[in-house]
Amino acid sequence: MIDLANPVVVAAGCGGTGRELDALGALDGIGAFTTRSLTLNARTGGPVPRFAETPSGLVHSTGLPGPGLEIFLATELPWLVARGMRVVVSVTGASVAEHAEVARRLAQAPGVRGIEVDLAVPDARAHGLLDVREPFHAANVVAAVVREAQDLPVLAKVRSDVLRVAESARVVTDAGAVAVVVGGPQAAALPDGRPAGLSGPAVLPLALRCVTEVRAALPGVPVVGCGGITTTADARSFLDAGAVAVQVGAALLHDPTTAARIAADLAGGPS
Amino acid sequence: MAAPRARRDRVAGDAGVKSPFHTTGEVLASKRVGAFQHLTVVAPGVAERFRPGTFVAVSVDGTRLARRALWIHGVRPVGGHGPALQLVVEPVGPGTRWLAERPVGTRLEVTGPLGRAFALPKEPVATLLVGEGYAAAPLFPLAERLRERGCQVNLLLAAPDERRLLSALEARRSARAATVVTADGSVGRRGSVADVVAGVLAQSAAEVVYAAGPVPTLHAVAAAAEQAGAWSQTAVEQPLACGTGLCHGCPLPVVGEDGVARVVRACTEGPVVRGDRVRWAELAGARPAHGEPA
Repeated sequence: MIDLANPVVVAAGCGGTGRELDALGALDGIGAFTTRSLTLNARTGGPVPRFAETPSGLVHSTGLPGPGLEIFLATELPWLVARGMRVVVSVTGASVAEHAEVARRLAQAPGVRGIEVDLAVPDARAHGLLDVREPFHAANVVAAVVREAQDLPVLAKVRSDVLRVAESARVVTDAGAVAVVVGGPQAAALPDGRPAGLSGPAVLPLALRCVTEVRAALPGVPVVGCGGITTTADARSFLDAGAVAVQVGAALLHDPTTAARIAADLAGGPS
Repeated sequence: MAAPRARRDRVAGDAGVKSPFHTTGEVLASKRVGAFQHLTVVAPGVAERFRPGTFVAVSVDGTRLARRALWIHGVRPVGGHGPALQLVVEPVGPGTRWLAERPVGTRLEVTGPLGRAFALPKEPVATLLVGEGYAAAPLFPLAERLRERGCQVNLLLAAPDERRLLSALEARRSARAATVVTADGSVGRRGSVADVVAGVLAQSAAEVVYAAGPVPTLHAVAAAAEQAGAWSQTAVEQPLACGTGLCHGCPLPVVGEDGVARVVRACTEGPVVRGDRVRWAELAGARPAHGEPA
């Protein structure tokens, strides 16, 4: 695992390039920054509307727009490193080979602290990405990334399917992941029926249950909890359930200072 | 771990004053004018940073996660509070209705000012400002700034009907010439911006055109400006979830300065963009009829 000065981490896909949060003072004190899920080549993203609002949740299908690895390494990564952030790069792709190629190049990039393999893209197939549904596929992807990542720790973000999450966690750690990120979006649909993810407080109880399932099945595996965390009390629930760290995601869209506030609260000791 | 940094962007007066601010504001006044609700919100740190064309993102109603982007109609000092934001809301969905119904004293989470402002001409040239509906709001403080620079200000205001015509009286006071068009002819001339913008532009001899309104209106203005050889600056409103550049919910297809087509975020690389840089046909084709948070 990556050593963290604070257990609060910015989740993949919700922190922009980092600069947007920093302009608001909202990176101060956080433990690590997870980038949006990067692909080898640039992606413009999917059609609008990309979001719909639901009680206590956001339904989203952005199509994972991103600059591609080259531009990320040339512009976004150096800024994050210069800012003093611990950077975890989230990766996705259309094939096992693409994941491996991205990992190979990240292993040579100065300042990267870890790779998070995003196996939990809820609308992967709709956007031409590898749809990692079977544990066998997940193991393949993780093994390929671990092989190319050299000394970089590899985390695997698995689908927050309560019934299968422990099995998913087992195969990805068997394949070499040092930690499992549990939670994230639930597979959902936009009002017009397009595949999407559901994030926000609505998914928190599911994510929390996933953490307890993985902890119970694999007590030796570090688990990072992610899903609907908006308050310090939420974060403590995950930590109390055995998570080594928490990721704050969708809450940043509502209040960009959420992660920094929770980090400050936790640094201040128990309340 | 990064060394603790001085909050450079928290110190008024230095370069950081341009960066946005996240704070808890308070509704000082709320007034219905026609179809719109005019809110006066004190949000320390936000009003001081305002430039015309920027906007604020506001949280609504407890369990709603998406934020609502509101144009800033102006900044006015309010006794005992310092500068306060004048915001315009058209209550059309659950979030905007919630905002419109807030009593005085309500606390609001406000982030802003966000996005890129209208660029001001270096020379005192003639300008034309074209606005439609509530989106015309940022043109009023822009008119003030332009007049301060010695620019001649002409105004073209449009709306479906009189109830959705923003501040027509104020417009007549602040502009050298003001033209009003409504779709139903309830006030001013009957018609749309697309019908009249070329003629108004020719009459005003404006060298710079500023526009704020729905996409088809902005497209018509940008096209007319290009034909007349004028610069255009358009404030594009896209459905969004955050307003701060994080969610990628407001894609805006443009052609960059380098001639390369790309998709940028309307909230961060916009909302104000050069009219000749937007790929209007793609933007219009991509717009949903409904479904975005309102």
